Amino acid sequence: MRWRRSPSEPRRGRLRIGRWLFATFAAMIAATLVYALYPRPMPQTQAIQIRQPLPDIARLRTVAEFAAIADLDQRSIALFEEAGRVIQHPRCMNCHPRTDRPTQTDAMRPHRPWVSRGPDGAGESALRCSTCHGATNFESSGVPGNPMWMLAPIEMAWQGKTLGEICRQLLDPARSHMSRKELLQHMSEDALVGWAWHPGGGRKPAPGTQAEFGAIIKAWLDTGGKCPA
Amino acid sequence: MSYAISVNGQIHHVEDDGQTPLLWVLRDTLKLTGTKYGCGVAQCGACTVHVDGTPTRSCTLPLEVAASARITTIESIEGVEAQAIRDAWVARDVPQCGFCQSGQIMSAVALLRTLKTPTDRDIDVAMSGNICRCATYNRIRAAIHDAAAQLGTAR
Ligand code: FES
Ligand code: FES
Repeated sequence: MRWRRSPSEPRRGRLRIGRWLFATFAAMIAATLVYALYPRPMPQTQAIQIRQPLPDIARLRTVAEFAAIADLDQRSIALFEEAGRVIQHPRCMNCHPRTDRPTQTDAMRPHRPWVSRGPDGAGESALRCSTCHGATNFESSGVPGNPMWMLAPIEMAWQGKTLGEICRQLLDPARSHMSRKELLQHMSEDALVGWAWHPGGGRKPAPGTQAEFGAIIKAWLDTGGKCPA
Repeated sequence: MSYAISVNGQIHHVEDDGQTPLLWVLRDTLKLTGTKYGCGVAQCGACTVHVDGTPTRSCTLPLEVAASARITTIESIEGVEAQAIRDAWVARDVPQCGFCQSGQIMSAVALLRTLKTPTDRDIDVAMSGNICRCATYNRIRAAIHDAAAQLGTAR
């Protein structure tokens, strides 16, 4: 091990490298300082961009939009399929169950608490729908309401059926208990049906409006009331 | 707005928003705290009162609607059914923590007024909207049968 430079070794070359290194360092520090201290504007608050609007799934196509379908039967079926977007919406399906129990929410889970249709569709004698459901939606509790609050009769069950099956059932007076005229009136004017467009409580309404839906049903019946397969 | 509401046979003048749930009025304004607040969204039945004799969840009944009815709460429920239910409740020691019980009793009394001899199914149907966190369901059902039997022999 050697601790001392032997007197024969040159020291000038080393000194020059040291000076270079020092200069480079100094330059880098200076550059960093200039960059850090250079005056620049403070970041300003900015409005963030509004979320991309979702595709308008709530819109119902108008009757005029089906005029391009020349074949009347095909047009009729297309009209019913558009109406099906309302018919098969949870706001409508929840009260057309295939059992004695209504369902709830967009997930169409069984109604809580446990309730049953009873003799008249408005609940068992000892637990009526009106125990909780009033004449209007009640925003404080989120409980929906309508003076006619009740289940559709079991013959009008829609859950678990295809749109074609629902269509044929609607046109069968034995099961729908309605003539075509009454059916049109039920769809376009009935206040309980109309609840589906004003469900309150943060619930998603059925697409379109009841009037638009009624117009689609009318056009479907006027084109012969054809049903999807 | 001012409303005149009939609670337990007495008219009360209440100054409140018409959309206030009856339960709030009963507990906070009229200090009738026998009726309990469990969920506020018609899921538990703790707030059950009788509206014109019909069991109703007071948490989901707006004041403006309640104002046109006769309200009866646990504080003044009476009659042979109520007496029979109370005796059966005491005999069977039905409550545990007791929180749900005023709602249970209001529903049970209404059940016995509708059906004199309810079956197990009738009881389950009528009481399914009344949740008991202590799970006193078996005692409730037995006590309703007892009360019905007592009413039957009394008649
Ligand atoms: S507080 Fe009214 S049902 Fe729960
Ligand atoms: S006795 Fe405790 S909740 Fe029913």
